[in-house]
Formats: sequence, structure tokens, C-alpha cells
Amino acid sequence: MALATKSLQFRAHELANASTQLKVLSTNELENISLPTFSDKLKAINLYPLLPTGIQILQVNMGKMCNQTCKHCHVDAGPDRKEIMSRVTMKQCLEALKGTDITTVDLTGGAPEMNPDFRWFVEELSKMGKKIMVRCNLTIILANPKYNDLPQFFKKHKVEVISSLPYFAARRTDAQRGEGVFEKSVKALKMLNEVGYGKEGSELILNLVYNPTGAFLPGSQNELEAEFTKKLKEGFDVEFNSLFAITNIPVSRFLEYLVASDNYEGYMEKLVDAFNPSAAMGVMCRDTISVGWDGYLYDCDFNQMLELKVNSKTKHISEFNLDELNKRNIELNQHCYGCTAGAGSSCGGEVV
Amino acid sequence: MKQPIFIHLKFKSKFMSKTYYDPADLSKFGDIKEFQPELAKKFFDYYGDVFKEGALTAREKSLIALAVSHAIQCPYCIDAYTSGSLEKGADEEQMMEAVHVAAAIRGGASLVHGVQMMNKTKDLTM
Repeated sequence: MALATKSLQFRAHELANASTQLKVLSTNELENISLPTFSDKLKAINLYPLLPTGIQILQVNMGKMCNQTCKHCHVDAGPDRKEIMSRVTMKQCLEALKGTDITTVDLTGGAPEMNPDFRWFVEELSKMGKKIMVRCNLTIILANPKYNDLPQFFKKHKVEVISSLPYFAARRTDAQRGEGVFEKSVKALKMLNEVGYGKEGSELILNLVYNPTGAFLPGSQNELEAEFTKKLKEGFDVEFNSLFAITNIPVSRFLEYLVASDNYEGYMEKLVDAFNPSAAMGVMCRDTISVGWDGYLYDCDFNQMLELKVNSKTKHISEFNLDELNKRNIELNQHCYGCTAGAGSSCGGEVV
Repeated sequence: MKQPIFIHLKFKSKFMSKTYYDPADLSKFGDIKEFQPELAKKFFDYYGDVFKEGALTAREKSLIALAVSHAIQCPYCIDAYTSGSLEKGADEEQMMEAVHVAAAIRGGASLVHGVQMMNKTKDLTM
């Protein structure tokens, strides 16, 4: 179905408001089903309260500004969003990382590359010897000549590139991410391949993210990866390393889609039915901390968009205290079912 | 005027569905064990094994199931295997081709009986 191509915030949509989203998510008595609370599900498997296993990854959301307006975006990102991380906050992130054993920094957005201090931040992280991951939407590389050298820049700092490509053909990709996105994505993938990304034997890692283009769950990651590998190589001579299958979480614009298309109840039922205790054990919020564009700390990027700040004395990157954060109880709500369905879902794909 | 988001959410109704086919019944399929647990267990174990990856991939099996669903015209099965095929990465063209396979076999099954009709006609006529 066709949806607007502006952010919820631009359209002054009710779901632009995090508290309205939480009200929808906490309505458990639906037409045909009663949904159990996520907390009760965890209690039944003795996993409540959900505790961290030790923070290994700092995921930094560099802002909501993006060159695309994907219909399923949980960030409500787009060209009309102006909230981006300042260099002051980035310096606080660097300060926070000093003296910790956090190994990995995962940069996301919006399109993180649109932040004018993006390259400076990557260079500083690179000097610290951190493993850097960037969630690159691919089309940004072609969006403006000033971004055309991003593949070389990523290569210089051995940045792991993780890119969304919901399907190996234009129709589904463009339906979710916008007209012409598939063609541009393929061009960008070729540019990354040209500098060595995703090539066999290369240390430059290019991973793709598959997420369903509608109200259904992802299938087996291995099978999808095999299909993507074959179709992208045969059809477009594009190579990549791994495919991460990620479940769409009912937050922000994907929540808007579910409600507007009358799929909300069925989707939530699917997520609840597919609850997998093993996936719950391995959810990413147990080893990740998420930083918002304004420096506030969250258990994950989804809690960030729902404005559910960490339940800890340490609430802002300027007062980062790893020991305190490792003792916190993770904030839960019904959207958490998205990460525990089937083989589980994280920013690195399946978890079991 | 915009409708508030909660207008679009459907809440529990005290009224029962009056149709033979209720989409909500699909998720109650497992409840058939209530009247006969042993046979239901045997069936669901077998069913689960049938759809596992084997000589055929799980996606191929899902597409076969989608075609059969159309041949037997089971609304529950069509819902289930449309979702299942999408989940397993099938695309719209593959799914519609599967439906055409069902249609071709159904149409063919009628037409091939035309030979029987012709035989009988030839028997009965000069």
C-alpha cells in the first residue's frame, strides 16, 4: 500500500509522538486475541528482570537526517529531520570509550554519513583502535558528489559496512525504500566491491541486511543468504559477505504501516506465537548500549525512538559509567517481541 | 479530518463471527488435539517434518503448498502459505506462477476427461 513519503513528524502524525506509540503497543486486548505482556513471557522462563551480560558494543545514532524516507523506518528519519549529533556529544562518546573494554562502535542514523562531523568521528575512533561498523543505506554514496569517495574512506579505516537491501529485485526494494533505490543500491554495491569490499579473501567486510517488505517475518537467514548470493552475483555481478535477516519492529513508521493496513493484530500475534526463549537469552540489548543524537542512553535503538531511557543513574553519555550500566534492568515493552521471534533478531541478524 | 490512531485498532467484540470461515480460526488449528490428542500429535509431527528443508528447499515446499491450497481452495491454507512463501523469500511472480500451475492442473483435469466424453460419444453414435 502507498504511504506518505514524509516523516511522521513532518506530517504531524499522532504516531510521531512516542507516548502514543507506547499506548498502542500496550493495548493488549485486541479484536481476536489477548496478548501476554513481554515481561510475563520473560518471567515464565526466569529471565525477568532482563539484565545485561556485559556491554561490548556502543551503538551511536548520529542523527535522524536521511536522504531516504523508507516506509518501515523505526527512526522516522528523512530529509525533513534536522536532529543530528553535535561534535561535543561525539567527544563525550570518545571520552566514555576511553578506559572501557568496549570493542565495537556501531554507527547508525538516519544516514550517519550526512552528519558533517561523521568523518572526523570515524577518524578519532580509528585512532583508538575500535572496530567500527557503519549502517550505510548505499544510496547516500551516490546522493551527492561529496559522498562518492565514501568507499575509499571506509576502506582507509577498515570500517565494516552494513547495508539494507530488502530484496534482490527492484519492485520490493523500491516499494519499501523509495523509487529507484534498488538501481542506485546496486551501483553503490559495485563501488564498494571495486575497492575490495565483500570480495573473497578481502578483510573489508560488506554485510547486507534483509528485512521483510511487509507484515511478515523473515525466513531462514541461511536460505535467504544463499538466494541473495546467487541472484546478486548472477544478475548484477555484486558480491557481499553475509546477510543478516532482521525482523521489523512495530515502532514508528512500521507501526504506522501495520495499523493503517489493518495488519497490527495479525503481526503482533505472529511475533508472540514465534516467541523463542533461546532468542530471548541472546537479545542484543544485553551487550549493547545505544546513544541518541542528543547523548541520552538507551537499551537499544528502538527504545531510543520510544524515548525509553536506560533505567540507571547514568542516563547521558557525559556521565557514562560502565559498571552502573552493566547493573541496570533493561526496559521492556511489547515491541520487544520483535527481537525474540523465531530465530531472533538483532542488528547482526539472527541470534540463535 | 484525521481519525485518531485508536479508531484504526480493533478491540475485542462480544459478538461471535457468523461465517463458516473465520480468519482467526487459522491460529486455532492446533486446538484439534482437544477432541483427539494422539492422532493430532501424529499429524502435527508429520506435518512439521514434511515442511523441513530436505531434497526440496523450504521455499519450494511452501510454493507447492501454495499451489495445492488453490487447487483445494482452502482459505486458511492460502493465507498460511502466502505468508509462508513471502517469509521464505519467494517473490510475487513465483507465487503467481505456482497458482497458475494449480490452475493448469485443475483445468487440464477437466479437459483430459474430454477424451472420456469423446470415447463415450463415439461408442454411442454412428
